[in-house]
Amino acid sequence: MSESAVSASNVNANEKMANLLKEAENLKTKLEEERSKLNDVNLSNIAERLEQIAYVNIKPRKVLKGHQAKVLCTDWSPDKRHIISSSQDGRLIIWDAFTTNKEHAVTMPTTWIMACAYAPSGNFVACGGLDNKVTVYPITSDEEMAAKKRTVGTHTSYMSCCIYPNSDQQILTGSGDSTCALWDVESGQLLQSFHGHSGDVMAIDLAPNETGNTFVSGSCDRMAFIWDMRSGHVVQSFEGHQSDVNSVKFHPCGDAIATGSDDSSCRLYDMRADREVAVFAKESIIFGVNSVDFSVSGRLLFAGYNDYTVNLWDTLKSERVCLLYGHENKVSCVQVSPDGTALSTGSWDYTIRVWA
Amino acid sequence: MVTMNSEADKTQATNATLAMSSAEKQPAAESTSPLPKSPPATAAAAAVAVTTECSAPAAASLPPVPVPAAAPAPAPATTQTSVPTPAPEALANGNSNANIEEVVVAIASTGAGATVNGGSVAVAGGVVTSVAAATPPPSAKTVNVRDTTTSAGVSGSSASKSSGLLTVSSNHHHHHHHQQSSSSSSQQQQQQQAAPSTVVVQSSSQHQRNNKNEDAPNILVYKKMEAIIEKMQAESTGVAVRTVKAFMSKVPSVFTGADLVAWILKNFDVEDVTEALHFAHLLSSHGYIFPIDDHALTVKNDGTFYRFQTPYFWPSNCWEPENTDYAVYLCKRTMQNKTRLELADYEAENLAKLQKMFSRKWEFIFMQAESQSKVAKKRDKLERKVLDSQERAFWDVHRPMPGCVNTTEIDIKKAYRRGGSSHGTGSSGASVAKNPVEQLSRIIALRKQKLERRTIKVSKAAEALVAYYDQYNEFDYFITSPELPNPWQTDSTEMWDTEKNSKEVPVRRVKRWAFSLRELLNDAIGRDQFTKFLEKEYSGENLKFWESVQEMKALPQSEIKEAIHKIWQEFLAPDAPCPVNVDSKSVELAREAVNSPNGPNRWCFDVAASHVYHLMKSDSYSRYLRSDMYKDYLNCSRKKIKSIPNLFGVKR
Repeated sequence: MSESAVSASNVNANEKMANLLKEAENLKTKLEEERSKLNDVNLSNIAERLEQIAYVNIKPRKVLKGHQAKVLCTDWSPDKRHIISSSQDGRLIIWDAFTTNKEHAVTMPTTWIMACAYAPSGNFVACGGLDNKVTVYPITSDEEMAAKKRTVGTHTSYMSCCIYPNSDQQILTGSGDSTCALWDVESGQLLQSFHGHSGDVMAIDLAPNETGNTFVSGSCDRMAFIWDMRSGHVVQSFEGHQSDVNSVKFHPCGDAIATGSDDSSCRLYDMRADREVAVFAKESIIFGVNSVDFSVSGRLLFAGYNDYTVNLWDTLKSERVCLLYGHENKVSCVQVSPDGTALSTGSWDYTIRVWA
Repeated sequence: MVTMNSEADKTQATNATLAMSSAEKQPAAESTSPLPKSPPATAAAAAVAVTTECSAPAAASLPPVPVPAAAPAPAPATTQTSVPTPAPEALANGNSNANIEEVVVAIASTGAGATVNGGSVAVAGGVVTSVAAATPPPSAKTVNVRDTTTSAGVSGSSASKSSGLLTVSSNHHHHHHHQQSSSSSSQQQQQQQAAPSTVVVQSSSQHQRNNKNEDAPNILVYKKMEAIIEKMQAESTGVAVRTVKAFMSKVPSVFTGADLVAWILKNFDVEDVTEALHFAHLLSSHGYIFPIDDHALTVKNDGTFYRFQTPYFWPSNCWEPENTDYAVYLCKRTMQNKTRLELADYEAENLAKLQKMFSRKWEFIFMQAESQSKVAKKRDKLERKVLDSQERAFWDVHRPMPGCVNTTEIDIKKAYRRGGSSHGTGSSGASVAKNPVEQLSRIIALRKQKLERRTIKVSKAAEALVAYYDQYNEFDYFITSPELPNPWQTDSTEMWDTEKNSKEVPVRRVKRWAFSLRELLNDAIGRDQFTKFLEKEYSGENLKFWESVQEMKALPQSEIKEAIHKIWQEFLAPDAPCPVNVDSKSVELAREAVNSPNGPNRWCFDVAASHVYHLMKSDSYSRYLRSDMYKDYLNCSRKKIKSIPNLFGVKR
């Protein structure tokens, strides 16, 4: 191509970009107009009739020590007292959190196991990370676990998150390759892949509805998407965060999601109103959020931060209820136990704590 | 003056030493992969390339002579790194890019055979990583990131840390580029100088390096902290900084921890002293403020003296100091005959390790330290005190005392991502990110989709969320205390045992069945009850169908086809023994899905199932809730368990 042709095509490309940008902006304005018509009142106004949460009886109850590096992910067993944790040290540990005993420890051939999950039956665990794979282990003896492990799926970049969607037979994963994928455990077959994010997928969560056909994903493209597992399409999208969305979680009612981001805010998006309905942030909170989870009633949002703390937010009044100190490094994961009796937190300080 | 060749030899020697030492420290698979032996012919060329490519960043990685932006610059030539060195002012601004071209040109003109003196520190450092890079990463399996943990001393140094990080990215980058050691090592070299995230392919890609700071993983929070530090340093509204007269000496430019905490309490929306102190601690552990004579970067709410770090040393400058820099620094400390500069035990240990590691070039390190020390001695006494402490604090951040958090560690996901996206990891996401047109089109499509969506008013959504809370707050253990003691709070498993063993269903559980059909079906006993109720109503097939569909969806792929066939035969086929009451449209959809040429999938009955579900919800379920069956069950369990009044949590 001659120089002039190159510059001409550049001009064309620039023009195209400018037009697209303009269209995107116009749509945004229009969307804001439309939505503001329906934005008749704030959530916190509606919540005014509720009593303030004066005090939450929550204290550190257990400290699980045994990892030799950063704890990156934890998951509660359906039995409500066991916890699986994965760490940068390449180990997977299954704890009886109640007694703080380690029941199993498996060493993976990779470090940075970024995600782990219990199967609904409690008989299997899935994990993966920097190896780009999701691997399933049956929970038996340590030797057998290592011998009977199976690789179910492989991404083209790290696997950042995984969950079992209502069945031991399927695993849903999110990856640094910006896709999510649904795998058949038995055959390793890719049942559905989910393209749409333009950045690494950091977190996923399954909708707590009766069909279990939808899930939410959060990504470094600052968006949260609601997906239809059947079609593989985005059915709803939420923007607003100023940086990576590190965590997403469905409100227990299934009609709203909470997000946590590197922009140091958490947000609540309502799917029925199709918009953000609350922002949880404070001037004095400047570090990013790694993980969020709801209490059973959806009133409390637990958020783990890079500033070593866990903040409890009143989701309805948009106020902070209290701060949990204890971890000595970034809090990487928080999760409310299946029966809602406790909160687990994992940290870069190598420990897992249980609060209740 | 060192000639090119000897320099190459030297660096390769160091290279080997370091490779070994780092191999020792990396227990996992990575260390066992064989080092490739580059052919001798290319080795020399590689060395040249290394020096040339790295020279610019080399300047950026000059041993951190404490040069506050405002302070008069000591001649950098004395630091022995005598590549045409950019003025330290430029470095202080964190703007090393301005000088890159100049340096590259200068070196290019000297030619490959000419003596290229200096840059050695950087070269050595570069080689450390080039070993890691040259180790062929055949698959992601060998990835073994050692974002080494706190207190790792020398072994946790940036050399091994970044080599770990680099190994990761090299998996993805190197197959896109030359596999020659020259290119990889230069790439590694530059990457080491820049934030580990910013992958620079060739030194010509200036633009990416310009973005290195904006892209670095922790930059967002650094910038926020820096804005706060600037506020703290404001003339009249900031924290009062003074020079304290002590016995026989002066302590320049300090403030007390108490003053700092008071300032935070006054200027920020922190709740209490604890939070203010925690906030101060974070500022300190990231190296923005530091105790004047303690390696532990934390803040006490008392009269302890603290000092501000100079912006030159701020972590946002993406320092990735080399072990050689650290060696020079420690070595220098031993030369200064001052008690306040005496090495701490862990530092002495680190120095010993480094001396062993760098034995072949120790002379060079010693000379550098000596010349730095000489420069320092010429400075004003008070100024020196400040500079010495700032330099110490810098190393306390980058080589923290054992037991202290290394705040420069970054989340591997973020490092990986930013490294990847600016470079193309071959992943679909990165390719989208690289194509702004496609990305924009996607955003436009999503916004259009949103515009078409029918939504409800925020007030309606808010009411629903509040109503959900009203309904569930008595089940929220963090808000309402349970009937039986929380096992985590009392160390008694009574609650769980009762749940498991008791034949009676607690009333609160039965109550929940009335919240929604989902709640009822989620409870095994509830589902059982509802099944019985439906049987009495002669509409049991609805629930059976719905359950069969859910069970089928949970099956492994291999069993799906058969299960679908069975469901079709049993519930939907014209002569089905157990027909469900579904509208003909849903049946038609199911028929199409079942007979689809690609084979049926697990979602083929979804429309029909959801139809049935809504039928049950609007019809049978509400009848069940009104039925004596449910009421009896509810009363029966109510009698057996007394409810305990709400003792704490939400005020009533």
